[in-house]
Amino acid sequence: MSKYMVNLKINNIPIAVEEGTTILDAAKRLNFHIPTLCNHPDLSVAGNCRVCVVEVKGARLLAASCATPVSEGMEVFTNSEKVRIARKHVVELLLSEHNADCTKCFKNGHCELQELASEYRYGDHIFIDLVPFKHKYLDISSPSITKDTSKCIRCQRCVRTCAELQAVSALAVVHKGNHQTISTFMDKPMNDVVCTNCGQCINRCPTGALYERNYIEDVWNAIYNPNKFVVVQTAPATRVAVGEDLGLEPGHRVTGKMVAALKKMGFNKVLDTDFTADLTIMEEGTELLTRLKKALVDKDETVKLPMMTSCSPGWIKFQEHMFPDLLPNLSTCKSPQQMFGSLAKTYYADKINIKAENMIVVSIMPCTAKKFECNRPEMRDSGFKDVDYVLTTRELAMMIKQAGIEFDKLEDQHYDSILGESTGAAVIFGATGGVMEAALRTAYEIVTGKEVPFANLEIKPVRGMDGVKEASIKIKGAKPEWSFLEGVEMNVAVAHGLTNAKILMEAVESGKTNYHFIEIMGCPGGCIGGGGQPIPTSPEIRRKRAEAIYEEDAGMPIRKSHENPEVVEVYKDYLGHPCGHQSHELLHTHYVERKRY
Amino acid sequence: MTNTENFVHELAEKHGRTRNALMPILQGVVAREKYLSEEAMIAVARELDISAADVYGTATFYTFLDTVPRGRNVVRVCKTISCHMHNKDEIIRALEEQLKCKVGETTSDKKFTLLTANCLGWCHKGPVMLVNDDVYPELTPQKAIEIIQEYNRKSN
Repeated sequence: MSKYMVNLKINNIPIAVEEGTTILDAAKRLNFHIPTLCNHPDLSVAGNCRVCVVEVKGARLLAASCATPVSEGMEVFTNSEKVRIARKHVVELLLSEHNADCTKCFKNGHCELQELASEYRYGDHIFIDLVPFKHKYLDISSPSITKDTSKCIRCQRCVRTCAELQAVSALAVVHKGNHQTISTFMDKPMNDVVCTNCGQCINRCPTGALYERNYIEDVWNAIYNPNKFVVVQTAPATRVAVGEDLGLEPGHRVTGKMVAALKKMGFNKVLDTDFTADLTIMEEGTELLTRLKKALVDKDETVKLPMMTSCSPGWIKFQEHMFPDLLPNLSTCKSPQQMFGSLAKTYYADKINIKAENMIVVSIMPCTAKKFECNRPEMRDSGFKDVDYVLTTRELAMMIKQAGIEFDKLEDQHYDSILGESTGAAVIFGATGGVMEAALRTAYEIVTGKEVPFANLEIKPVRGMDGVKEASIKIKGAKPEWSFLEGVEMNVAVAHGLTNAKILMEAVESGKTNYHFIEIMGCPGGCIGGGGQPIPTSPEIRRKRAEAIYEEDAGMPIRKSHENPEVVEVYKDYLGHPCGHQSHELLHTHYVERKRY
Repeated sequence: MTNTENFVHELAEKHGRTRNALMPILQGVVAREKYLSEEAMIAVARELDISAADVYGTATFYTFLDTVPRGRNVVRVCKTISCHMHNKDEIIRALEEQLKCKVGETTSDKKFTLLTANCLGWCHKGPVMLVNDDVYPELTPQKAIEIIQEYNRKSN
């Protein structure tokens, strides 16, 4: 259906736009910037903050430009006297309820309200400061997410995020009028409600009302402690995003600079979660093939298919709350972060002759749920807390700045060895579909001895930003020991963002699907869109980060996990073989059923 | 299932399990239990397959959907300007004295909760109060006390 074009004037300049376009978007095309707060490219329109009001000729009231579609002959003014006065009042009213202790705020310098205030420089304080009269509190119950209600401007981006993108609705608008707050069920602490710790709310909060529980000082203390040997690991998605908080455009690959910065900051060894991503593929690929054999050949009904990936801790907690009946379908593999932790404090500590109790493992993650994951009681298989501290990509950027490092001037450096070597298959873990692609590259080759039948190893059907993706691969030329898979059509599905995960899980529960293997990432776009990644986020930014991830893969000399020489070495020296006894001790885990309510 | 869960289940059978069944179900619970307990809200969320926070958000938006325990009879005195000008403060004072509790509180025998309400739409016949679902216009302190005494007798 062709769209009608609508003619209108904005600030006396004529423009024709498609029917249904908002005034805000039409103005953007003429390069008129209208400020917004509650509006977000990932979310439905709310129109509640009123910062974006404009004057429409002939209309009695000002219109919220984000929520008003254009109409024929409309004449819009974005900066008239009426608009300026109204906008001033709107911003001042928001500020009258906002605890503006900006210099002490974790979001200082990254706050959209602060930016607006600095743009307009209103200094009249015509409204009474209401903050002291309201019941405000700081919720630090969660190991992942801190909630400071004194900073909240009730734009409801977090509420829409939790409902629309994640299908969780841990946060809701409660009470009304001047008592209205953004809160949880019965105003309980964040740690006590059904929250996956994904941090997507943080990514969209315009102020300091939601931010990650930060461990920056703990990590500096560990680095300064001469008795501690501090090892750092970096997740795949961090290397294509940390630059955004250090003055670079989205989509910059900064792997070498990030390694150099970490070394300069004083970490004793800079290692890579990508190494354990490759290890995950060995374990998870083997687990999948074993499950297939047990299900298809031995007809073992205790073996559950489809198998589902277990790398994303937001997704894991979602499943524990929402679909506990499907927990046996989850791969028992720990996430790469936790595999790293348990190997670091056993095998690696022995190898470099450091006592595990003196070792501190720090993770740089695109994720806030990883902070919860490392505190799970199951994650102590080394005999110690396997991963001590998790920092988000944003926290790393802050530490790099604090250390006085000029990031863009750094010379690239390499990860230390061992546990530092990785492949292209590992880095694509950072984008939705990446774990699936990496697993197929290895599993297909284990079964057939040949590479996956896709040009340049790129399994395009599982790439991209569609919410739920499906692919089928026919296995041809299976080796004798895998002959039961000969001619089998392997059906796989990939979903990202928990709303899509829910859709897929409901399909699986209905029994109408015939998938063998499912990859789920808790965040939109996968880890590149994680709750710990630089702010802002948008479909465009995530697309650029994903492109960078695939460029990184294409540029790697080795692109299949089973060919990672360090992975081969670790199995030879220590683990034995994938899914063997030692692996089960250190690299696999179990899940717990959690309350849905 | 507990009593409350059974009752919520019955309400869901009656009103359906779509999102727009939420209000009648919550009203049904309040009609019987006088308020929405944590248990009741969880039961509603479970029946409708929505988050408990969503139920709580809706419940707290409406003044007449209480989320704290209430007495068997809920008295709401209109506090808006017309009734204010017709001396609603005197009515409240008389009721506080009679019930031995303040606005927002419940009597120790759990028979009455005294509250104020926004405009009840009886501005021409203020001051007005609502006891449960019944309106009492053109009140005097004496009339208000007599009405309460009558409810007290009925609840014995």
